[in-house]
Amino acid sequence: MSNPKEAIKEKSMVIQKDMLANLFTELSNAKANGKKVVYTFVPGNLTELILAMDMLPVYPEINALQSGMRKKSGGYIKDAEKLGFSEDVCTYVKCDIGMMLNGNIGPTGEKLPEPDLLLLSYTGCFTFLKWFENLEKLYPGVEIAMLHTPYQEDGVITDDQIKYMVKQLQEDVIPKMEKVAGKKMDYDRLSKMLDNAAKAEDLWVKVLETAKHRPSPIDSYFAGVYYMGPLNTAFRGTEEAVTYYEELLKEVTERMDQNLCPVTPEGEMKEEKFRLVVEGPPNWTNFREFWKIFYDMGAVIVASTYTKVGGLYDQGFRHDKDKPLESLSRYCMGCYTNLNLPQRVDLIEHYIKEFKADGFLINSIKSCNSFSAGQLLMMREVEQRCGIPVGFIESDLVDPRYFSYANIKNRLESYFQMLGQRKVILEQVEAEA
Amino acid sequence: MMKQVSDRLTSLLEECKSLAFDLNFTYAKQWKAKSKYRLLVGYLPIYVPREIIHAANGLAVGLMGVGDRKQIIKGDAYYQSYICHLPRGIIEMALDSNLDNFDGFLFPSICDCVRNLSGMFKLAKRGKFTRYFDYPQNFEKHIGGTFYHELLQTVIDDMFKLNDMKITTQHLNDSIKLYNINRSLIEQIYNIRQDFPWRLSAVDVYHIIRAGMVINVEKHNEMLHEIVDLISEDFGEPMDNIRVVISGSFCEQPPIGMIKSIEMAGCYIVDDDFMLGSRWIHGDIDATSHDPMNALVDAFLTQSGPSSAIYDVGNPKGARLVQQVRDRNADGVIFCAASFCDPALLDRPTLQKSCDEAGIAHINFQFHENTGQFKVIKEQAGTFSDSIKLWV
Ligand code: SF4
Ligand code: SF4
Repeated sequence: MSNPKEAIKEKSMVIQKDMLANLFTELSNAKANGKKVVYTFVPGNLTELILAMDMLPVYPEINALQSGMRKKSGGYIKDAEKLGFSEDVCTYVKCDIGMMLNGNIGPTGEKLPEPDLLLLSYTGCFTFLKWFENLEKLYPGVEIAMLHTPYQEDGVITDDQIKYMVKQLQEDVIPKMEKVAGKKMDYDRLSKMLDNAAKAEDLWVKVLETAKHRPSPIDSYFAGVYYMGPLNTAFRGTEEAVTYYEELLKEVTERMDQNLCPVTPEGEMKEEKFRLVVEGPPNWTNFREFWKIFYDMGAVIVASTYTKVGGLYDQGFRHDKDKPLESLSRYCMGCYTNLNLPQRVDLIEHYIKEFKADGFLINSIKSCNSFSAGQLLMMREVEQRCGIPVGFIESDLVDPRYFSYANIKNRLESYFQMLGQRKVILEQVEAEA
Repeated sequence: MMKQVSDRLTSLLEECKSLAFDLNFTYAKQWKAKSKYRLLVGYLPIYVPREIIHAANGLAVGLMGVGDRKQIIKGDAYYQSYICHLPRGIIEMALDSNLDNFDGFLFPSICDCVRNLSGMFKLAKRGKFTRYFDYPQNFEKHIGGTFYHELLQTVIDDMFKLNDMKITTQHLNDSIKLYNINRSLIEQIYNIRQDFPWRLSAVDVYHIIRAGMVINVEKHNEMLHEIVDLISEDFGEPMDNIRVVISGSFCEQPPIGMIKSIEMAGCYIVDDDFMLGSRWIHGDIDATSHDPMNALVDAFLTQSGPSSAIYDVGNPKGARLVQQVRDRNADGVIFCAASFCDPALLDRPTLQKSCDEAGIAHINFQFHENTGQFKVIKEQAGTFSDSIKLWV
């Protein structure tokens, strides 16, 4: 970036900012307004169910990542460790518990309301279960509902699995939600929300697909985590989310038509040198610095697996207003970390080919076994199948002790050097042919 | 008289020890070689209902890691430094010849490492079938029970495809009976040790139970019968040791040297969760019903012991650990979890709190299965033992 400038605030960004501000205001007034609050997770979330019952969702993972971005997570993690949590375990859990120990102050500086319901839909991560067992003890007496989402161990979603999930929803989860909300589920309203969800999902997929263009108008990882926010959290199923994605698609398409590169925190990238596919979550404590290493080198992430933790819409899944509970069940089972390893490798291979990537990079997260265990084998498989250079770096989500800037920068620079050399060779070969 | 008992016991214990740590699974492979209809099914910690494998003419072989008995070379290249050790050893065995001739592998749901390892086996094309065994976390019979029943049927179908053996009601009831006997004999050993911990060391018990994971249940039952008889005789001298329960080592196993160090430091281990799968179901499973699959499902839903693998809301593990300490008349708990073991380490603060509230003393170690240095652990366990003796 030769000419750094203030981040451009596009209209979609403003819309998202307002949506979030309104949510946090609603949350801070929740108790006064008699609104019930549900703590739940992002992957396999049941947002439409929560919103259809006029309750407000809080996502502990989002709190944790925001604490990471606000440089608060290091202290929170240490406080949880003082309580007996080992250094070795998932730092999202510790950050959330530490935040709670410190008064549960949310990203806007206001206290988050305590939960009326803990809704554990544990999709793709066993640690979620442990996390909520701990929360249940920290909020004694709070209603807790759990939706066990079977893993796609054989690479398919079976009828038995769907039946199991639908039964849990019908006979356990929804009745508990109704009890807390003090009203019956309005299925017409739910269907309408699922219809909205599907509309937003269509638009989101179109946004993601713009990255097939050269140059890509978006960064599907670093900017992707912002873009995916409304769909993955409290807004899926709302009209606002549809409006947000309409606006986002409009902006992104305009950029694509003008052959522009992605917008970064320091303005617009001038040249796309490398197209990458990335596996694994980003680091949040040094998010800007981390991103900068990439855009300074002209590297754009054209597809990422992390932006699919909230659903694999680009592979065809849509919420279905005519089959509400079945489609919610399919949704939960279809999230990225609920795929088995061969499916994950197939998906990455597909992205590399579809998005014509020059390289594949893994950001391996210390905290997250769900993502990380098996990544080295995945890397080898991808290398063999696609024949492109693969890179591997390590960091953590929210524990600043595990982000070594110098180390990561060195590794990435060597990796980009390798990609650069390969590019030159490929161009020569092409010219000779 | 006393001498004779000790000799027989010594030789049985030696046999258990060599079986327990035969990472080539020689016994199991020889067993399988006797008939082309026999199957070997490897399973990871913690629990699988071995009864269905037995009834399908199979031998369920517990894969508990390699401890410090096998050098990890390839396995380390498959795992980042911050992932526990157990899966490294398992993948090392799978890539070497240790698991040759195994027909299938089951990966019970305990954590995402084991879950993803099931996918690594698929990618590496190991075994004719590989199943992640996703236990229901819903314990309503018509919801979680139905799902579990279907899960068992999937594994039965996998095995049927390989050996054409149809499991009859009689077969399954017979298998259930044998495993009822097995669990009951193991329980008797723990009960005898509770009163007379000096008759067998914790390491001996460890070898006895682990041997049962690599041989057929009929043979293990014979050995257990004999051992129970032998240790029912009075021998040995009590020492001035405290009595502890070990919690948190249910998957990656602590090195034998570490178990030894704890006992040598003055702590009789009167209960543990080392080989939890063999003791998972508490009490007998109905072995006389017309629907033994249903009996297995019921047992899982209602007779499972406390475990980090099971959602504990409504039946908290902390209270169950406290009860276990009381039942075993133990003086304290040693929390002993593998490094980087999320399930054990995330449960630990709650379990410690329950112990604190119940006035139960506890200490805490972390280990790797291939740790070689036990000096610090011995010192800490010694101090723990001394501090308890001072107050009891
Ligand atoms: S292990 Fe990974 S997916 Fe699970 S809670 Fe931690 S960061 Fe999230
Ligand atoms: S030791 Fe713990 S983290 Fe490792 S595989 Fe076993 S249960 Fe999972």
